Amino acid sequence: METPRSTRRQLLTAIGMVGGTTALYHAMTTMGHAAETQYKGPPDLSGARPGASVLVLGAGLAGMLAAYELNKAGYKVRILEYQNRAGGRNWSLYGGDTYTELGGATQKVQFAPGHYLNPGPWRIPYHHRTLLHYCKAFGVQLEPFIQFNHNAFVHSADAFGGRPVRYREAAADFEGNVAELLAKAVNQKALDSELTPQDREKLLEALRGWGMLDKDMRYTTNLMSSEHRGYERPPGGGVNGAPIPSQVFSFHDVLYSQVWKNMAFFMNHEMQTTMFQPVGGMGMIGKAFARQVQQLITFNAKVTRINQDKSGVTVTYADTGTGTVSEAKADFCVCAIPLGVLNQISNNMAPEKRAAVAAVPYSNSVKIGLQMARRFWETDDYIYGGHSFTSQDIALVSYPNYHLFEDGPGVLLGAFATGAGAYRLAGMTPEQRIAAALAQGSVFHPEAYRKEFQNGASVAWNRVPWTLGCCARWNEETRKEHYQTLVAVDDRIVLAGEHASYVGCWMEGALLSSLDAITRLHKRALEA
Amino acid sequence: MARKRAFGTLIVLFLAAPAWAQPPGGGDTPGRTPPPVTGEQVYVQVCQACHMADAKGGSGAATIPALAKNPKLAEPGYPIGMILQGRGAMPPLTDLLGPAQIAGVVTYVRTHFGNSYRQPVSEADVKAMMAP
Repeated sequence: METPRSTRRQLLTAIGMVGGTTALYHAMTTMGHAAETQYKGPPDLSGARPGASVLVLGAGLAGMLAAYELNKAGYKVRILEYQNRAGGRNWSLYGGDTYTELGGATQKVQFAPGHYLNPGPWRIPYHHRTLLHYCKAFGVQLEPFIQFNHNAFVHSADAFGGRPVRYREAAADFEGNVAELLAKAVNQKALDSELTPQDREKLLEALRGWGMLDKDMRYTTNLMSSEHRGYERPPGGGVNGAPIPSQVFSFHDVLYSQVWKNMAFFMNHEMQTTMFQPVGGMGMIGKAFARQVQQLITFNAKVTRINQDKSGVTVTYADTGTGTVSEAKADFCVCAIPLGVLNQISNNMAPEKRAAVAAVPYSNSVKIGLQMARRFWETDDYIYGGHSFTSQDIALVSYPNYHLFEDGPGVLLGAFATGAGAYRLAGMTPEQRIAAALAQGSVFHPEAYRKEFQNGASVAWNRVPWTLGCCARWNEETRKEHYQTLVAVDDRIVLAGEHASYVGCWMEGALLSSLDAITRLHKRALEA
Repeated sequence: MARKRAFGTLIVLFLAAPAWAQPPGGGDTPGRTPPPVTGEQVYVQVCQACHMADAKGGSGAATIPALAKNPKLAEPGYPIGMILQGRGAMPPLTDLLGPAQIAGVVTYVRTHFGNSYRQPVSEADVKAMMAP
């Protein structure tokens, strides 16, 4: 039950007075109020010196947010961007777009109007408050992203003879069997030293209710287990209204399917519902940010040198079309260039900063969009959004959350590969990737998958010309050795981006990093 | 072995790959990808993702170096070190590849793509460079 608001605030005030802020924080956490995000609202950059200037490198979300806030605070701001578009990894591919990857392979995207592939970010957790704040401020319309679908499939080469099963069936059977086994352990007195008799009773009651166990504490084929896993014949009306239970799977197959990994995936804080997506493609966010700073951006600018001295920062760049080399100067610099690229740009930042930049490798991932002539996953399999998981290289098939129930085409996410699978897919030509995605995705929809396929597009992140990878890959050692150095203001330069955050690979990390970076740079500017 | 697990997924049927790439069983039953064994298999399944099928790399905002006709490959410790430690955006590949696979692919690259450094690299050479 919800505690009345005024009462709760009075209580928190009292706790704060008695126990100080730490006690208050713990109390708030317990009551479910804190620890969702580090976002504290737009930055306070008041008092900027008239005429002070900042050069921003990179028109991704981190760079554009820095430019927007600094410009608003009174700084003279300019952005240099390598591409001919703003948004960075916030990006959607639509019909009519052309994309050329490193190595020269060019794809002409042929999706029907209104359909798209999000090669990079594609879902927004409800607690990524910075991103949600700026989406609202910049007029980005959001809609639900269907993250969790019990009726989608799970597939493993190691279970069920290689056939996919519904998530709800495998997950219910995993929980039911675990509940039965734990109940056996309790009843065989294996946990008597761990639990009081009263707690054992409470636990058995929980296992019975949670695991759908029968009166003998067994998980088996009956109408109770079917309530979680679904029915052979679902409840109906009239003569044949009575339901018929579905057959539970062998626990061996359930274990080897590793459905627990999918169950655990949905428990990740960042994967929990509610999730959102922009109407019309994730790229709408980059476009909305760009509208705020459009006049500040110089496109097609390849940065070749970053130099700072007592008087300011000088950045040398070449126009990617004409080759013309120019210099841009400012008092300060926010560098939001991905580390793998920055590492190859000549600069005179401190040696330890350059060592930090060089120390962080990038992950790889591959996404493939497949346009199907009709939405057979909805009409034939009753799957509306969500993901079917597989042990194959493609890792999953994800179903579109927009244009549901329409007769026309739909664009599936036919692969979201990482690790070894992503290297294999990335090494192929775009045509080979599509063929691989069709071959592997057919495991879920064998009748329709190839038959309904119309066209596709793929992005292998390690071949993206402006990032050479997907996201910064930190580990415990590199965090310890290099993170603070990487994020520290280096005289007149500060780095920003998902790589300068602990929310790596998320847009929220890029934005939080940016706000923190410009707040510190502003402080540095006032001290100058 | 944990590092091998990552390859325990499925192969792509159409890929113009060697015969070992055929899945066990027939029809549409998905099989498993055998781990890449030969140097060529490792190159195709891992290195080619960035260095390209012709080993010429690529260039955009930054550059993925060419392995083709690369004089730095004369010293085998150089490519072995790259695979073990990574550099810049390139991660260490020790979570995907064991010493035998690394030896195989270094030998392969040093004798293909316009490189002709005939002395093979052994598993022992790789192990000698791995951190204890």
